[in-house]
Amino acid sequence: MAERKIRVLVAKPGLDGHDRGAKVVARALRDAGMEVIYTGLRQTPEMIAEAALQEDVDVVGLSILSGAHMALAPRILELLKGNGQEHVLVFLGGIIPDEDIPALKEMGVAGVYGPGASTEQIVADIRSAVPA
Amino acid sequence: MTLADAVLAGDRLSLARLLTRVENETPEGLAALDELFPHTGRAHLIGITGAPGTGKSSLVNQIAIHFRKLDKKVAIVAVDPSSPFTGGAVLGDRVRMRDLSGDKGVFIRSMASRGSLGGLATATAGVVQVFDAAGFEIVLIETVGAGQSEVDIARLAHTTLVVEAPGLGDEIQAIKAGILEIADILVINKADRPGVESTERALKTMLELAHPVQKIFQHHGTYMAVQASAEEMAGMWMPIIQRTVATEGKGLPELLGSIQSHGEYLRQSGNWQKRERARLEAEFDALVQNELVARFRAGLTEKRLDETVDSIQKRQLSPREAVNLLLNGVGK
Ligand SMILES: Nc1nc2c(ncn2[C@@H]2O[C@H](COP(=O)(O)OP(=O)(O)OP(=O)(O)O)[C@@H](O)[C@H]2O)c(=O)[nH]1
Ligand SMILES: [Mg+2]
Repeated sequence: MAERKIRVLVAKPGLDGHDRGAKVVARALRDAGMEVIYTGLRQTPEMIAEAALQEDVDVVGLSILSGAHMALAPRILELLKGNGQEHVLVFLGGIIPDEDIPALKEMGVAGVYGPGASTEQIVADIRSAVPA
Repeated sequence: MTLADAVLAGDRLSLARLLTRVENETPEGLAALDELFPHTGRAHLIGITGAPGTGKSSLVNQIAIHFRKLDKKVAIVAVDPSSPFTGGAVLGDRVRMRDLSGDKGVFIRSMASRGSLGGLATATAGVVQVFDAAGFEIVLIETVGAGQSEVDIARLAHTTLVVEAPGLGDEIQAIKAGILEIADILVINKADRPGVESTERALKTMLELAHPVQKIFQHHGTYMAVQASAEEMAGMWMPIIQRTVATEGKGLPELLGSIQSHGEYLRQSGNWQKRERARLEAEFDALVQNELVARFRAGLTEKRLDETVDSIQKRQLSPREAVNLLLNGVGK
C-alpha cells in the first residue's frame, strides 16, 4: 500500500494579473511532500470545483488579489458542497482586508493568509487540518 | 453499493475517489480493480510521450476536443514527476487543458510519478483500467516525458505518439533512447517554428533506419524490436510523421485520422489482441512473482535467512545453491 499524499489544488480565480504568489505556495507545498495540482490563471469557480472533484483533492488553495474574495469564496464553497465535497478544506491567500476574515471563516474558509504570511505556516496549517 | 458499482453507474465523485484508492494501492482500491476487471478491454488507450515542453499537454487538449466532436467519452491521465527529495510534486498539465472544462464527457486526472522511472507511475495502469471500465472510450495518457526509457507507455497503450519539436537538437538522443521504435505516430509539434523541415528530414531518415520492426512484448515484460522479414513487412504499420501546431489546432484533423487508422490497423491485423495478450501476461507474471516471493519469505525465519546469507558471504554456498537448498531441500 502506497503512502497517502495530501493533494492540493492551487487555483487563481478571477481576472486579475499574475500568479507569482500562487506559484510560490505551490512550490512550498511540493517541498513539504504534498502533491499540488496547478491550474493556472483566470479560473472560474465552476472550473475550480470541477478540477477539485476530478482530482479528489483534500485542499483547495485560492489566490485572490482582485478584491472579489467575498463573491468568489462563497461561490466556490457552494459548488464544492453541491458536488459532495463539503469535506474539502478551502484556504485563501492574497490581499484580504482584516475585517473580511471573520465573515470568510463563518462561511467555511479554513484559513486566510495575507501577503506577509509564511509558507511554513500554510504548510503547518494544512498538515494539522487534513485528517491523516 | 460498492464504490465500483457507483463508478459503473457513472457517478463522477465515486470515480474520483476510487482513482485515489487505486493510486494509493489500498486494499479497497485493489479489490475494486478485481470487481471492475470484467468491464475493461474496450477503450482505445493512446499514449503521448516526448521531451519536456514539446507540447504534449497542448496536444492532449486538442486530441480530446476532436474526439469529443465524434461524441466519444475521453479520459486523460497526465503524469508529472515527483521530487526525488521530498516526494512532493507540482502537477501542471491541466494548465494547457482549460478548453475541456465544463464538458462532462471529459475527465482529467493528474498523477505524480511517485518514484517510478519509466515515465508512468506504478498505479497508472490501474487508473487507466478504472477509466476503461467506467465507459471512457478514449483514454489519453501523457507521460512524464523524461525522454529516456519510455517503453512502459508503449506496453500500456494501443497507440503511442512520440512528440518532437523543431530546434530541440535532441534527435540523436532520441535514437539512443530507442524512442523512435516505440512511435506509432511521430508528431512534429510547434510546426510554426523555424527548423521544421530539417527536423522532419532527420526524423524520416532515422525512421527508415529503425523500421520496419515487429514489436514484441516478451514474457516478463521485456520489450523487443525485431527486424521484420520481407513477408512480415507487407501489412505492417510504418510510423506516420504528422506536423501540428497544438496551440492553434493545426494538423489536428490529420492527426486524429492517423490515430484512428492505427486503431483500425491494430484490429484488422489481429495486433490489438496480440498486444493486449502480451500485456496481460506480463501483468499476470509480475503478480505471480510478487506472490511467490512473499510466500517464500513468509515460510522463512529471519534467523534462517540470516544464516543463509552468511553462508553465501563466506562463499560456502553460491546464491543459486542457497536457493536450491531453501526451496528444494537439496544442499551440498
Ligand atoms: N509555438 C508553439 N508553441 C506551442 C505549441 N504547442 C505548445 N506550445 C507551447 O509550448 C509550451 C509547452 O507546452 P505543453 O503543452 O505544456 O508541453 P508539455 O510537453 O506538456 O510539457 P511538460 O508536460 O512540462 O513536459 C507552452 O508554452 C505551449 O503554449 C505549438 O504548436 N507552437
Ligand atoms: Mg505536459
